[in-house]
Amino acid sequence: MKKKIVCTLCPIGCELEVEIQEGKVVSVEGSLCERGVKYAKDEIENPTRCISSSIPVRGGKRYETVSVKTSSAIPKDKIFDVMNKIKKIQLKAPIKLGDIIIKNVLNLNVDIAATRNIEKDKSK
Amino acid sequence: MKYDRFVDLVVIGGGPAGLSTAISAKKNGIDDILLLERELCLGGILNQCIHDGFGLHLFKENLTGPEYAQKQIDELKTLNISYLTDAMVINLTKSKELEFIHRTGHKLIKAKAVILAMGCRERTRFNIQIPGTRPSGIYTAGTAQNLVNLQNIKIGKNILILGSGDIGLIMARRLTLEGMNIAGVYEIMSYTAGLERNIQQCLNDYSIPLFLSSTVTEIFGKGRIEGVNIGKVDKDLKPITHSERFVKCDTLLLSVGLIPENELSKKAGVKITDFTGGAVVDSELQTNIEGIFSCGNVLQIHDLADYASLEAKRAGYFAARYIKSKQKRYNRYKINFCEKIKYASPNYIVENKEAIIVSFRIKKPAKNVVLIVKDRENNILVKKKFIRLLPSELIQIKLEREVKSDIYLEIE
Ligand SMILES: Cc1cc2nc3c(=O)[nH]c(=O)nc-3n(C[C@H](O)[C@H](O)[C@H](O)COP(=O)(O)OP(=O)(O)OC[C@H]3O[C@@H](n4cnc5c(N)ncnc54)[C@H](O)[C@@H]3O)c2cc1C
Ligand code: SF4
Repeated sequence: MKKKIVCTLCPIGCELEVEIQEGKVVSVEGSLCERGVKYAKDEIENPTRCISSSIPVRGGKRYETVSVKTSSAIPKDKIFDVMNKIKKIQLKAPIKLGDIIIKNVLNLNVDIAATRNIEKDKSK
Repeated sequence: MKYDRFVDLVVIGGGPAGLSTAISAKKNGIDDILLLERELCLGGILNQCIHDGFGLHLFKENLTGPEYAQKQIDELKTLNISYLTDAMVINLTKSKELEFIHRTGHKLIKAKAVILAMGCRERTRFNIQIPGTRPSGIYTAGTAQNLVNLQNIKIGKNILILGSGDIGLIMARRLTLEGMNIAGVYEIMSYTAGLERNIQQCLNDYSIPLFLSSTVTEIFGKGRIEGVNIGKVDKDLKPITHSERFVKCDTLLLSVGLIPENELSKKAGVKITDFTGGAVVDSELQTNIEGIFSCGNVLQIHDLADYASLEAKRAGYFAARYIKSKQKRYNRYKINFCEKIKYASPNYIVENKEAIIVSFRIKKPAKNVVLIVKDRENNILVKKKFIRLLPSELIQIKLEREVKSDIYLEIE
């Protein structure tokens, strides 16, 4: 099977024509550099993504939520499972950028970490 | 006139451009700086951009918007640069007097130099004129981003997105992850406005349909929006009669472009160009008003915050030099461009020893083209091949050689 994908690793954006057999990449055409070949292999055989979301926070100064992200990329087919874990959470201020909110989520060896500082609102 | 304060340099806006430019001016020897930001927090639009993809150029790291902003805020604080939040600048004059409103009152200050870094705002339904009723449930993509990411507000269940700008694409993914349905992304042009990476990772990853050469021709619904008519358009972007079909939705997001926020600049007499909606500047990012500089999205729309920061860094450097030397202006040459190019910035070149950075955007997607920069004697200053050029990408080139005449950018 042939599939067309665009390499997004650099602004040139080579259009790659990938030959796939039984889920494995057998050839890649159209890439200007080696990174494109690896990109095509990863995208077809083991696509991963970083995801970010926000979690409601109580008692925070200026913010109702804290933004979070996966500490590294997760398999694409696990995105919604991880989102379901994130959606169950509620947090309390204060929170520091880099705080681990969920450790080793779904045993993927990836943490969910805060990406913003949330101070405690003393008046609340 | 009684001023509350005299300052060497005032920076208006505390987004990535304002933060970078203040940091750069300080590092280039200006100690008396005041940065004014109208919101309660520094960071500008980055605060609501919780996705990653920032910082790859500036920090060589893949950061989310808030993380990128925090790095710059930390540096600002380490350098002891003074700033005020909740401080909205309401007037600016040619002689660099600024009026702003702060919780401590209404202030009037005078600066030796001012750097404009007010960012941009989104085009609205009013700007693009869609007929129909006026129900609720219509947001710009950036407003939706703010409501969902910062205020934890659910904006709807079945969302239709008009325009394929990056913010719309990013919201399509974000809302899908939150469990909402995206009824489709509709783009009037025959190509997308957003970056290729966002088309893949925000739409294709989630099988969200994208319809090109299509637009919303009418909005329906009393109270809340109930749906829209979608029409195909011809090559002059006019809706084709009888091509319309009704699509149900309870929310409409508009991602139809950004406009530099230059109301304040105009008050000071800063000349604005129709090509970008930003100020006319020279290669030192100085406007027609001496001592007023412009950078970031208020100058031209940058698709990457990194580029806004890098441009701002240069503005800070030149503003610092201006304050220290009070130098007279050198000769200025004009930058011209061919009809395939939508715009080029800066507009003029100042004769000096610095490398000149020119950014430009193409009008329509093109493949295998060559950019040639020539001077008046037809000497070639730059020749660069591009396998692919897209309107969604702002391209920057560097002119190393000293320029001594008008220059011309040509795409072949
Ligand atoms: C909704 C939206 C989403 C975006 N998403 C992305 C993205 O995902 N990735 C990306 O790379 N780029 C994104 N951009 C582009 C982004 O704006 C730029 O990359 C970058 O933020 C530009 O920085 P800036 O400092 O020029 O503008 P901004 O970040 O907009 O900062 C301008 C600041 O000036 C302040 N200000 C304006 N007027 C006044 C005044 N009169 N007085 C005091 N303060 C004032 C504003 O409050 C604001 O904080 C987005 C833009 C918008 C509008
Ligand atoms: S294949 Fe190489 S040159 Fe082509 S887009 Fe990917 S990284 Fe860039």
